[in-house]
Amino acid sequence: MTLFEEITEHFSDPIFDRHSRLGDATVILSRDALPGVIRFLREEKRFDFLMDLTICDGGMEKSPRFEAVYHLFAFERKERLRLKVPVEEFDPHLPTLTGEYRNADWLEREAWDMFGVRFDGHPDLRRLLMYPGFEGHPLRKDYPKDRRQPRIGPGSTPATAFEREPALPERLGKALTAAGVADPGEEIMYLNMGPSHPAMHGVVRVMAALKGETITASDVEIGYMHRCFEKEAETHSYMGVIPYTDRLNYVSPLINNVGYVMAVEKLFGVTTPERCRYIRVILSEISRIVDHLTCIGAFAMELGAFTVFLYLMKARESLYELIGEVTGARLTTSYTRIGGLRGDLPPGFDGECRAAFRKIRKDISECDRLLTRNRIFYDRMRGVGVISAADAISFGFTGPCLRASGVSHDVRKSSPYLIYDRLDFEVPLGTEGDNYDRYLVRIAEMEQSMRIVEQALADLPDGPVNLDDRRMTLPPKEEVYNSIEGLMNHFKLIMDGHGIRPPAGEAYFPVEGGNGELGFYVVSDGSGIPARVRVRAPCFHMISALSYLIRGQMIADVVPIFGTLNMIAGELDR
Amino acid sequence: MGIEQLIGRKALTTRLDAAVGWARKYSLFQYPFATACCSMEYMSVACAHYDIDRFGAGLPRWSPRQADLLMVVGTVSHKLAPILRQVYDQMCNPKWVFSFGVCATSGGFYNNYATVQGIDTILPVDIYVAGCPPRPEAVLDGLIKLQEKIRNEKQQY
Ligand code: SF4
Repeated sequence: MTLFEEITEHFSDPIFDRHSRLGDATVILSRDALPGVIRFLREEKRFDFLMDLTICDGGMEKSPRFEAVYHLFAFERKERLRLKVPVEEFDPHLPTLTGEYRNADWLEREAWDMFGVRFDGHPDLRRLLMYPGFEGHPLRKDYPKDRRQPRIGPGSTPATAFEREPALPERLGKALTAAGVADPGEEIMYLNMGPSHPAMHGVVRVMAALKGETITASDVEIGYMHRCFEKEAETHSYMGVIPYTDRLNYVSPLINNVGYVMAVEKLFGVTTPERCRYIRVILSEISRIVDHLTCIGAFAMELGAFTVFLYLMKARESLYELIGEVTGARLTTSYTRIGGLRGDLPPGFDGECRAAFRKIRKDISECDRLLTRNRIFYDRMRGVGVISAADAISFGFTGPCLRASGVSHDVRKSSPYLIYDRLDFEVPLGTEGDNYDRYLVRIAEMEQSMRIVEQALADLPDGPVNLDDRRMTLPPKEEVYNSIEGLMNHFKLIMDGHGIRPPAGEAYFPVEGGNGELGFYVVSDGSGIPARVRVRAPCFHMISALSYLIRGQMIADVVPIFGTLNMIAGELDR
Repeated sequence: MGIEQLIGRKALTTRLDAAVGWARKYSLFQYPFATACCSMEYMSVACAHYDIDRFGAGLPRWSPRQADLLMVVGTVSHKLAPILRQVYDQMCNPKWVFSFGVCATSGGFYNNYATVQGIDTILPVDIYVAGCPPRPEAVLDGLIKLQEKIRNEKQQY
């Protein structure tokens, strides 16, 4: 019996529709059926991960206007399932899933914040990305993209901007009660860390209630870097979104580029030429090394190991130079195109890459010698920030942080894309799920990434890097300048109101980002502008567990725990 | 009869200005208000390869009281703006502001409801460095320009 049939058998009437397009199984069901179906799927069918939850706004004309989209993943069977629930415009509300999946907490708060869809039974439904005084729900189609609500401007003071924000004791009251510390006679010290704090990477705020030096309850506030990626994507052409994806995860922008364009390619139902796929893999893996180098370097520095930081930044610099040569930019690469790449690899890339790897291997072993058996480092990392496999799954952890807890889920293995199924590499695992394991997994992964690049370089095939498909790739310049068809084709792909137009539909495409499963969910209505682009940011789910991870730890442990989660503000806040 | 009357008050002050300016120019203590992608390049500038220390601005201070150069690195949203302003207000005089990258300068290509369209709407800026992100060389160039400005300024003591 297929999954569809089983669901239909269990829950007959409220299932509206089901289909399987572009390889994505989708079930459309009613709001009332949702909790039951979810429980059934999670308990019986082992859909352990709530990968993503988002809302799509179809605009005022559409009825019902909103659609909630849940992406589930059963990692043992490597199966994905999408649930869609229509929600009408007047008084939109949905049942909460916080009892089933722990990351639903933040996902639902985000959905409420951005779309104004209420979640009945949510323990603490308040804004997540915008600030308390913000009016309206910005991702609704009728909220103008540039309607600003400045908190301060010339002449106003920060004090007035903070007026509407609750004070720390008030804010932490709920969390304290939940933690069982409601007695007002107890000595509690409230401490605010961030957002402008060296170890908080500038944009995350941790508010903690301390007893002595131990954190009894905390609240994590994010959204200080919300740059409206999703709103920008709804107002730009498909091609125009690529530069925005760079800035989502600016430590490994190439993986983001690849993830986004592959989602669009999935909508078109095309696959890119061999050479392009190899190059995408090579650059993604180089990007992953950059990501891990930066993460380890930064948290080592925050723990006082400044030398390690300098060594690893030196290593990163040689990769930046390499990336710069290929893409023309060190950081904001925008290298991929829908249906291909911006260009081929430069001549001599092979040798330079190998030379860079030689240097990096040296730097990593240097860092290994400085840190791995260092007593102070060990004591601050081992047994701190422990998360069990079950909790990690429930919080939606993916990537190195999940693997440190011993769960072998890697998108490159579980749903292989590009050429990963042909490559020989291992997925390093941890056992304890603490800071130290997260560090070790990253160190081991860098070596695996280098192995992948070396294999891919060794059998890099010749051939074009761009698909010869006039719906998405620009014609060669000789054609543009010498023939009217070429010229028209070029304009059709570039001009406003035309552009690349994938067929109407939707696609979710996951790739293994530097920090976990990075998924792009793209909805096309057949026009030149995406109807919705949703990014499943890996670190969003991990930071949603931060409060849980630091509870009961010392205040000084916040720094390594936060550091090993590898928060990237661009994708966390979108 | 004091020395002011002998050589004139003006000449003396100008030379003291020059001396103080020269000293200040080479002892910048920056507060990196780093938020977004630009902070990756900030890290590169601060590290050994580009070595901002060569220009006498190598020490990041994480307290506004100890810093005299506010480096605004990356996008500033309306949610973050009051915090930036507060950090600026808490810095002691004299202080300078360095706008690192187009986001801090003008909002960059984020023309939307959340982003501040240039930090000059909330605090005075001394130097703008263009680029998204600026290359480390561009940052160092901006720093040299700022140092020129500091050296030639009328100093307050
Ligand atoms: S200027 Fe560019 S690189 Fe810098 S923060 Fe803005 S988007 Fe990022």
